[in-house]
Amino acid sequence: MINRNPQLDKNRVLQHLLTMEGLPAAILLQILDTAESFVGVTERDVKIVPLLRGKSIFNLFFEPSTRTRTTFEIAAKRLSADVFNLNIAVSAQSKGETLLDTVDNLSAMNADMLIVRHAQSGAAHLIAKHVRPGIHVINAGDGRHAHPTQALLDMFTIRRYKQQFHNLRVAIIGDIMHSRVARSQIHALTTLGVPEVRVIAPKTLLPSKVERLGVHVFHDMNEGLKDVDVLVMLRLQKERMQGAHLPSSEEYFKYYGLTPEKLLLARPDAIVMHPGPMNRGVEIDSSVADGHQSVILPQVTFGIAVRMAVMSILAGHQV
Amino acid sequence: MCNISLPDAEILFEQLVNKIQAESDKQFAVVGIHTGGVWLAERLYQVLSTSQHMEPLGILSVSFYRDDFDKIGLHAQVKPSEIPFTVDGAHILLVDDVLQTGRTIRAAINELFDYGRPASISLATLVDRGDRELPICAQYIGAQLQLPKEKILAFNRDDDGKFKLSLKNKKGAENDEEGLSA
Repeated sequence: MINRNPQLDKNRVLQHLLTMEGLPAAILLQILDTAESFVGVTERDVKIVPLLRGKSIFNLFFEPSTRTRTTFEIAAKRLSADVFNLNIAVSAQSKGETLLDTVDNLSAMNADMLIVRHAQSGAAHLIAKHVRPGIHVINAGDGRHAHPTQALLDMFTIRRYKQQFHNLRVAIIGDIMHSRVARSQIHALTTLGVPEVRVIAPKTLLPSKVERLGVHVFHDMNEGLKDVDVLVMLRLQKERMQGAHLPSSEEYFKYYGLTPEKLLLARPDAIVMHPGPMNRGVEIDSSVADGHQSVILPQVTFGIAVRMAVMSILAGHQV
Repeated sequence: MCNISLPDAEILFEQLVNKIQAESDKQFAVVGIHTGGVWLAERLYQVLSTSQHMEPLGILSVSFYRDDFDKIGLHAQVKPSEIPFTVDGAHILLVDDVLQTGRTIRAAINELFDYGRPASISLATLVDRGDRELPICAQYIGAQLQLPKEKILAFNRDDDGKFKLSLKNKKGAENDEEGLSA
């Protein structure tokens, strides 16, 4: 029992969702299957179920986010939970309170679940280790480390359009180095049995020894996109331009931007995904982003159902 | 422990169908509750739809409306609910296999109202074993059975689609499935 996965209790039941690493396929599939039921709920007139009535869920975002925070909030409200959004930037932390003191205070307010985004890798793990039993922590993105609910909603989207995982070629394209989304996706894809995961990026945007994660590395899109079933475009963060990672966004678009011509290299029924927010004309051409192979907006819709599934599975696991 | 004999589920089903056909003049929209209720609802739908036009069959999984979520959490295999007709103004025939405490039916009624306002809801159940904890009753019943509280009455469908009843002990592991089906 060395290095017990901090997400699972001693009965290997999910208590926190922190990373895709080390989670068995059965748990990932349980989340995807449960999310399938919540898609039905979100399509009804009354988009709310009473499952988490009376539970207090705190959105703890130490880093700016619109989409993720909002979809977590919508998900919690559709489960009838009470949601509290903490505006950290103007609150305690800027007055010098430590992260764990903030968490202790929320614990004293009888929080049932904390949804954490933090610029520091490992922040959600730290909180999960610190909270008293019965409080569940969901990592909504920590540094360059992990963004498990994004990976899960991507897996859900892939399964919706491609039905199964074991016969797919998936390419993740762009800034792998700084992307917690890419790391979580790679773990989830390999756990679910995708036989070929490719990463396509310039050398400066790839972490060293990325092959160890079980991916095939390409630097040329024309080679890497051949016969691919799923394309995941990553956002090129503008701030990277200053760090000598790249010459210019025009140059980047020329080599790594997804244009209709490059998309023709993939399989004709390939789907195009993007975790958002996207930079049109930098990593993706508008005609592709809005084209018939794009599933970028369905990803957002499914994100709510997937987050409802994660929250209800966690909240249903008592200590 | 083998001295409890259970009736044939197929005969109970026939009795249930006869009662519905004899006593009701409503044009029902049939909704089954997962899992046994759906099996019953499918067969019921086949029988009833030969004599009248019917709305497509509805399926309810009451997982998200259960009152024991805090105790037992979410079932590992949650199935989606599907109500493929307009609930507003419909006469709904809710179908479940075994009626006991009434808590599942409470959850199902709550869920139905999140789809709309039905004109009426009637309840059909293969077995009513009493022990109600809520003021709920079924309009159409295959049979009433008195059974020891510690026993679970399991309803199943075999490979040929035949219905079966069996008794299990409440604590899962050492269930002495006696297969008292016929």
